[in-house]
Amino acid sequence: MTAPIDDLAGWTPESLGEPGAVRAVVTAPDPVLSRAGSEVDPRDPEVVRLAADLIATMRVSPGCVGLAAPQIGVGAQVFCVDVTGHPKAVTVHGAFALCNATVVEASRWRPGREGCMSVPDLTGDVKRASRLVVEGQLPGSGVTVKFAADGFEARALQHEIDHCAGMLFLDRVAGAHAVYQRKTYL
Amino acid sequence: MQELAITVIGHDRPGIVADVAGVLAGLGANLTDSTMTRLRGHFAMTLVCTGPHAPAVEAALAPLTADGALLATVRAVQPEATGEVRGEPYLVSVHGADRLGIVAAVCRVVEEEGGNVTDLTTRLTGPLYLLIAEVDLPPDAADRLAERLREVGQRLDVEVTLRRAESDLL
Repeated sequence: MTAPIDDLAGWTPESLGEPGAVRAVVTAPDPVLSRAGSEVDPRDPEVVRLAADLIATMRVSPGCVGLAAPQIGVGAQVFCVDVTGHPKAVTVHGAFALCNATVVEASRWRPGREGCMSVPDLTGDVKRASRLVVEGQLPGSGVTVKFAADGFEARALQHEIDHCAGMLFLDRVAGAHAVYQRKTYL
Repeated sequence: MQELAITVIGHDRPGIVADVAGVLAGLGANLTDSTMTRLRGHFAMTLVCTGPHAPAVEAALAPLTADGALLATVRAVQPEATGEVRGEPYLVSVHGADRLGIVAAVCRVVEEEGGNVTDLTTRLTGPLYLLIAEVDLPPDAADRLAERLREVGQRLDVEVTLRRAESDLL
């Protein structure tokens, strides 16, 4: 394996070479959300199609800034993120998809209240690192990237990496009284 | 089967939840929403379950309350629709020296501005009194409520803040 490059420059969803299909979003307690996803070959055409489907589904879902393969029923370590335009975003890498992503460094833990398309009726207070270094592979080229993310993008990445590991925000809430009925729907 | 509202409160000891939940499970009563916590050394449970008639549940809980250390009530209630969206979520935080009537005064102005308290916790630790409330507010009510809460805070000499309970969809 070659040394990871340090940014996502030059990669766009168009690099996947296909538009992707909008897929139905799976909700808890579907067991696929609680199983660790399999590692994938980022060059596999099926993985490329999966990444394109994730991006297409994220784009048609109002307010959605990230979507992981288990959320469309596929137990695989693939997700996409796009925090462009979000008021809490610090770093913004645009729309991208990653395979087999791992957290390399995490620091500056901050609380925040999260909701999830797969848990439509609840939100919860979750502490996440606001500074993060993530490593993963780009679908299509298979190139390994390693990059830093801050603030809201860091939170979104941790939320999606958790999905790929079979974890929901409910597995990380701050306490028994840190889960709430969700009151506003986009 | 009907919906039952049950409260259990008493001197805290290990096993209260297991005992009560065990009785309910033994009757086929399905514990749905509940909140349980410790209040100044008393363990308090408030729960809703679907189960058999209330007298049967009361009778089954009787052995747990016989020594007087626990108090339990069981009432049949009408099921309510859940998940109804009524307003925008806000958090009210109050802290300061304990005074009579803080909860009453704060919640009264929330009610008068059309808000609904959906969750509330108070704690008294030493001289410090703390109130955290989740409230649903009608659109455009927040600024006026914030002003009225500020007045309440001045009158009671406590700090009051109102802020949006933001959540992010990920």
